Amino acid sequence: MTTQSSTLTQKDRGRITDRAFWLLCIAAGITVLVILAAILVSTLQQSWPAMSKAGENGFFTSKLWDPNIGKFGILPFVFGTLVTSLIAVALAVPVSIGIALFLTELAPRRIKGSIVTLIDLLAAVPSVVFGLWGIYVLAPAMTPVYKWLHDTLGGIPVLGALFGEVSALNFMTAGLVLAIMIVPIITSITREVFDTVPDSDKQAAWALGATRWEMIKGAVFPHSFGGLVGGVMLGLGRAMGETIAVALLIGNSIQITANLFAPGTSIPAAIVNYFGEAGGDYTSALIGMGVVLFVVTVIVNLLAQAIVRRAEIRMRGAKA
Amino acid sequence: MTQASFDMTNALSSVPGAMSTMPTSSAKPVMQLEGVSVFYGSYEAVRGTTMPVREQQITAMIGPSGCGKSTILRSLNRMNDLIPGARIGGKITFHGQDLYAPDVDPIQVRRRIGMVFQKPNPFPKSIYENVAYGLRINGIKDNMDDRVEKALRDGALWDEVKDKLKSSGLALSGGQQQRLCIARAIAVQPDVILMDEPCSALDPIATGKIEDLMHELARTYTIVIVTHNMQQAARVSHYTAFFTAEVDEQQVRHGRLIEFNDTGRIFTNPTDKRTEDYITGRFG
Repeated sequence: MTTQSSTLTQKDRGRITDRAFWLLCIAAGITVLVILAAILVSTLQQSWPAMSKAGENGFFTSKLWDPNIGKFGILPFVFGTLVTSLIAVALAVPVSIGIALFLTELAPRRIKGSIVTLIDLLAAVPSVVFGLWGIYVLAPAMTPVYKWLHDTLGGIPVLGALFGEVSALNFMTAGLVLAIMIVPIITSITREVFDTVPDSDKQAAWALGATRWEMIKGAVFPHSFGGLVGGVMLGLGRAMGETIAVALLIGNSIQITANLFAPGTSIPAAIVNYFGEAGGDYTSALIGMGVVLFVVTVIVNLLAQAIVRRAEIRMRGAKA
Repeated sequence: MTQASFDMTNALSSVPGAMSTMPTSSAKPVMQLEGVSVFYGSYEAVRGTTMPVREQQITAMIGPSGCGKSTILRSLNRMNDLIPGARIGGKITFHGQDLYAPDVDPIQVRRRIGMVFQKPNPFPKSIYENVAYGLRINGIKDNMDDRVEKALRDGALWDEVKDKLKSSGLALSGGQQQRLCIARAIAVQPDVILMDEPCSALDPIATGKIEDLMHELARTYTIVIVTHNMQQAARVSHYTAFFTAEVDEQQVRHGRLIEFNDTGRIFTNPTDKRTEDYITGRFG
């Protein structure tokens, strides 16, 4: 009896391993935070010369970007980033949801696996390849379509401003290629979310005499809202940060215009294009743009989380 | 023995049992099953089932697990169609029309023959939207508020939820959720309501409320209920079908209808030894 009771208090080897594992996990978790903080601190530090002079160089408020006279207004870059990303999301989301619904609700088991592999393969294509394909294949192919849109819709007051004169490289083509690039991630997340919809909910809709589409509207979408927003935000984040493909396709023209067929620029494109030639406040301004992009991404994500949480509370009632 | 079910359907106009719910033997069958078998691929899950479903009566299906009672229930509104490889043999008629005829649309079938499931499964939407959903997909747009209120009243839930129609259906208790599911099913005014063990996830008080509700609903609707609980079948139903699983010569299990009769008869004076064994085994 005494030997048995003594084992209750003894710290054996297992206890020590357990402790070591716990420490390892904590350390791994903290590493992420440290890296994030280090990035934020060093970029803020290096961009400070440009940002602290925001009053003179118009960093946050001006659309004038001319390093030769010390003007670093970043608005055209922010504008281009937002426009191309929004085009990408607007085009990619319906397509991705369609693919995911096809895979979860319609596709026979046999072909499901190969389609998933194909889409994942799309995610493995290097972005420079997408960029070159965009320049040599997509842009020439789309130009007649853009011209037709311009001719057809150009006369209508508000729409006409969006579909203006057509340039060879423009916001639209960049957004289109970005859309193709973010389809895999949005598809894979929405597919997983759709897979988690309880069968009992689908059965409930079927039993009320729902058609397949009515079943999807009534049972699949309400359950998937949070995951859908999450997937869209991940896609948006990826689109906003994409560098090479956009740099190759957007036309590198520093301007703010409603015309989607006009050339523009974006934050990552500017950084990759100008960083080599920059120095002093110029470099500092480019790093500052990076900080702005980082902050915008964080805000977008926080916003998405808030939307998801609100929706979940509304859907699930007090239990959430 | 295999002919028992056929004999029983002929012997329906019999002496009423000692139960509180007297069968109305004159009620005409809304549905009729003739030698219905259900297959999953080549496996015959249930063999040759023949029984009527009578109008504005409650028909209970009882029996041990794996006897095919739920399988038969789900073939009555073509929910089995959703399982790949499932098909039926024999014939099921609904108001005399063959339910599985090639030109019959399963979606229209399910709009006429509603279903309530074992686990309460309200949609993750508001209470109001849960009920309105069925109406909307049936193309009903006018007087939505009145229709929702009526369905919730008929589902014996209105007084508990009238002040929180906008809150989530999932925030209700289990018993309330199940009554919401019943309200959702009856909102579209089906002819028949199928209930697949509707109380098995509920406590006795919630179960009692659902059983009371079933009596109310039987004034208007025809109900078929699958239940594990024999007392429940005895309490609520007018007719009872007893199923069991049998092993054939090839050692394959098939579900089978053993006996169909007035509930009173089944529970006091069953014809088949297997029915008696099952009932007394549980009660004794």
